[in-house]
Amino acid sequence: MSALEISNLNVWFGDGPDRVDAVKGASFAVAQGESFGLVGESGSGKSTILRAMTGLAPTWSGDITVEGTSLTGAKRDKGFFRTVQMVFQDPYASLHPRHTVDQVLSETLQLHGINDIDTRVETLLEDVGLGRRFRFRYPHQLSGGQRQRVAIARALAGEPDILLLDEPTSALDVSVQAEILNLLTDLRAEHGLTYLMVSHDLAVIAHMCDRLAVMRHGEIIEIMDAATLRAGQPAHEYSQDLLGASTAP
Amino acid sequence: MTDMTLRQWLLTDAPTSRRHARLASFYKGWLSLRSNSMAMFGLGILVVLVLAAALAPLLAPHDPFAQDLANRLQPLGSEGHILGTDSLGRDILSRLIYGARITLYIVALVALIAPAAGLLVGTVAGYAGGWVDIVMMRITDIFLAFPRLVLALAFVAALGAGIENAVLAISLTAWPPYARMARAETLTIRSSDYINAVRLQGAGPIRIITKHIWPLCISSLIVRVTLDMAGIILAAAGLGFLGLGAQPPSPEWGAMISEGRRFILDHWWVATVPGLAIFTVSLAFNLLGDGLRDVLDPKEGGQ
Repeated sequence: MSALEISNLNVWFGDGPDRVDAVKGASFAVAQGESFGLVGESGSGKSTILRAMTGLAPTWSGDITVEGTSLTGAKRDKGFFRTVQMVFQDPYASLHPRHTVDQVLSETLQLHGINDIDTRVETLLEDVGLGRRFRFRYPHQLSGGQRQRVAIARALAGEPDILLLDEPTSALDVSVQAEILNLLTDLRAEHGLTYLMVSHDLAVIAHMCDRLAVMRHGEIIEIMDAATLRAGQPAHEYSQDLLGASTAP
Repeated sequence: MTDMTLRQWLLTDAPTSRRHARLASFYKGWLSLRSNSMAMFGLGILVVLVLAAALAPLLAPHDPFAQDLANRLQPLGSEGHILGTDSLGRDILSRLIYGARITLYIVALVALIAPAAGLLVGTVAGYAGGWVDIVMMRITDIFLAFPRLVLALAFVAALGAGIENAVLAISLTAWPPYARMARAETLTIRSSDYINAVRLQGAGPIRIITKHIWPLCISSLIVRVTLDMAGIILAAAGLGFLGLGAQPPSPEWGAMISEGRRFILDHWWVATVPGLAIFTVSLAFNLLGDGLRDVLDPKEGGQ
């Protein structure tokens, strides 16, 4: 059984003449424990797929199946939130400016109905490599990379099976990017997670993912193995252009 | 740990408990407020006001209600009456000190009612959107369209004169701006990633509004309230002046001006002294509000 199956997904914003079709007829499946990448330039609809899955983009049609359960509309139940979690692109925008790390994580644990919050918060911080001295800091006392670690800890708090990663490193310094990517790789091995990762950076996708889909103008134009990408042999002309653009000096 | 001073403990970058984190962020806010001398000046005046109100029986040289018709309309600096006496021979200084209680009472009640109502209406409207937003904001617009003092007059006329009704009337006309402001803030906050993130944890709208949106709205509301305090005191004094707020012989400052008006040409201090008191307290609130804005602005503190 696939962890995640999307078929013929359409997502649009607005109505009538203002309607913008952000995703058109996208279909792909992610196996249990797999890491799947979505690449494409800005505005190609990569992030919109994640937002439709999580209910943040309410207007969509098609089928989204998460671990055998079909999703409808924009409402998601508690079971969904315990299965699927998301890490946002910008760690400067995804943490509440007035909440300490402790408040963020405790509230999340409480929402998932987990007891023994004190020890769990400390374990989560250890897991993402922060340690307990960061527990009572406010976001403005943390660097970008540390904030993203907190965001990852928050996503892991409910012990999900599937993690949606929306360009988790694109807002970070290059030196910090590698740390976060390695952390994500380690966490996947440790917790047996399934990743669906969005990025415009082919190098990141090639490093992190087993398979990937290339998107352009809201459509998936090619699905390939990461090995094919690393060998520099995508079938579609646009994928070759994209690869050429990212490897060019 | 033992040789750490309290100041270092408060300024640490790595707090060790929830209480520590809260105290540390409070202390940093206090430090930045303290560096603003005008705000500290305003705060000082307000502390004096609060002390005067609390210790009125000890501070006041005379009974504020004791009449002495032989001693009426004494000028400033006369024997035993530093600020003179009014038309019934009552000591103006004593009346001012007792009047501070009434002023504080009005200010505190309005400051509790109006922003709370505005915050509730504004955040619910802003977060819910759709027809809830439309209905609530049109009601707000209707209240906003009334001239404040006229609506308060109508309200007091309907319910009867008195401080409580004056407070209700002022609150009724004071909440719409808070609702507007809270709604505007909510609109910018509600689509941000940290709200999306907590929604993805399964948080419901009540939790999101009370725990995530309110803390960000409250700081700008506090600033706005302190800046509005001057207007509220003036409105209360205005109602008192028109005879619709506090009733004689209550030493409310606006009512005192109203009484002194009859003698303003020959005995100017009777109306001027309470006027100066209103002016000073209003100014103090404005100065403090300005300083608080620098400390509490979430756009500054968050970065």
